[in-house]
Amino acid sequence: MAVDAAPAPAAARGSLANFAWRHPTIVLGGTLLLLTTLIAIFAPWVASQDPRFMAPVNRLQAPSAAFWFGTDNLGRDIFARTVFGARISLVVGLSVAIISIVIGLAIGLAAGYYRKFDSVIMRVMDGMMAIPAILLAIALVSLNRASVGIVIVAIAIPEIPRVVRLVRSVVLTTREQPYVEAAIGGGSRDWKIIGRHLLPSTIAPLVVQATYITASAILTEAALSFLGVGVPPEIPTWGNMIASSRLFLARAPWTIFFPGACLALVILAVNLVGDGLRDRLDPRLRRRM
Amino acid sequence: MTAASPAPILQVENLQKYFPVQRGLLRRTVAQIQAVDGVSFTINPGETLCLVGESGCGKSTVGKLILRFIDPTGGRILLGGEDIAGLKPDQMRRHRRNAQMVFQDPYASLNPRLTAGTIIGEPLENFETLSASEREQRVAGVLEKVGLRGEAMRRYPFEFSGGQRQRLGIARALVVNPQLIIADEPVSALDVSVQAQVLNLLMDLQDEFKLAYLFVSHDLGVVEHIGHRVAVMYLGRIVELAPKEDLFEAALHPYSQALIDAAPLPDPRARRRRLLVEGDVPSPINPPSGCRFHTRCVFAIPRCMAEEPALRETVPGRFVACHLREPGDTAPLAIPAAKQSA
Repeated sequence: MAVDAAPAPAAARGSLANFAWRHPTIVLGGTLLLLTTLIAIFAPWVASQDPRFMAPVNRLQAPSAAFWFGTDNLGRDIFARTVFGARISLVVGLSVAIISIVIGLAIGLAAGYYRKFDSVIMRVMDGMMAIPAILLAIALVSLNRASVGIVIVAIAIPEIPRVVRLVRSVVLTTREQPYVEAAIGGGSRDWKIIGRHLLPSTIAPLVVQATYITASAILTEAALSFLGVGVPPEIPTWGNMIASSRLFLARAPWTIFFPGACLALVILAVNLVGDGLRDRLDPRLRRRM
Repeated sequence: MTAASPAPILQVENLQKYFPVQRGLLRRTVAQIQAVDGVSFTINPGETLCLVGESGCGKSTVGKLILRFIDPTGGRILLGGEDIAGLKPDQMRRHRRNAQMVFQDPYASLNPRLTAGTIIGEPLENFETLSASEREQRVAGVLEKVGLRGEAMRRYPFEFSGGQRQRLGIARALVVNPQLIIADEPVSALDVSVQAQVLNLLMDLQDEFKLAYLFVSHDLGVVEHIGHRVAVMYLGRIVELAPKEDLFEAALHPYSQALIDAAPLPDPRARRRRLLVEGDVPSPINPPSGCRFHTRCVFAIPRCMAEEPALRETVPGRFVACHLREPGDTAPLAIPAAKQSA
């Protein structure tokens, strides 16, 4: 905590090139993610074909000028399906991250600040952590009608305890800071102490955690779709594309390659951003102010 | 205790704080740390009471107890005549306006994410209904009182030096016009040259606002500069309480005597008879029987082991807890030749 550790103003206002030089992982991952997001949003314009249109005549065609990524066993355009599949992956990934972080943040702040609730909350969280996401999803999907919402909820629930633990640990260390004692001495109420003095220090680790949750949620959704218990089968997702391709793997490897490669690429992008942010937001490496 | 004085700002009676030592799976309490055990004193308006003692003697705990950052085990804390020792946090909140704290660490006690204006304005938000511009005026006013410019409120703590940061801490304490300020080693983290500036600022503010200070310190030079009365603590108890001049001239308790003798003199050629204390401070988990100082006291007699000495007045205004001191004593105990050093 040295006074002279003020950030170099050039770095704060630095040009984009300077930022890219200093944080290549954030820029690379962010660019990939931005590209994927744009493709997902503008999917109907990006893909000229209807992803559900079946043309058995064209089944299992290799990539060509007409079908960039080839066709699957029902003659559907794999490029169109991959493009539309990005929507599900991103929606599930982001929704799970947002839901689990909002709920986990609230519970974590309560557990860290109100010590009398702590042990009860944390034992409940230990219990929730023991639930495998896949099994919970299978149970929820079989009890309800398969839908994207159910999948999101099922994946988000087991992520909550991880967020709670993270937030709680940050709150436990921050609350011992003399400036929190000073705020109590200044007559601040609990909500102000939590909102002004404790919450801000949880933001940086949460942003990093959000990227990891997003990556793991996208993977879990793909796994559920692969198992056939995810989103309704008529919606193209990378997971159910990979699942339906496995029978033709030897004859038509392109059916599995493109959704698989996209999945891997998006996960890589999210993790790159996460790692980059972790390094950048680490107060030991760089003062944030 | 000072009979002639008007209603004291703060009156502490038999204050106790025991921290439980918990062990095992069921967190059973196996022992008690007697951090503060039966401390009593008063502070009058415009007066500085210094609390001195070694590390771990409980002096900082006393400050935290008075502001209810921790809950006392027993005793009474009368702030402006009202007992606040048993108040619930929400009831206590309303009394906080009268007693504010200046913290030891000028770095950790200011939230690095907030501007100086937000930090100093926070107690104002809590206690007064002001518009944003009125609040800004008050903050600017108090910043000028502590020797900073009003525009400092737009800056972040890391843009200030250590001494300036401590001025911010003082401004935050001062902004709600408290009657009592508890200063927990407020200058021990500062350079010596800056220490004097901050101490003089505290003294000027005291004169201007009739502030009462409870000044917790282990630095006797600082205490001699700022204090009016001094309470010497040892292992959770006050062993001597006296006007500053009397204490520094002639400490009555053997521990205070040794403490004052241990303080360095600025003159390297100065020679004097010093009372030395041997050994370490005993554990507050199992404090010695009788007088807590008897294990290290060169004057100890058998009675010291058996019987706890009460804090008694020897001459008006001077209190000492020692079996060897009689009413009327004003001189230190004579140091045995074997136990002194040049």
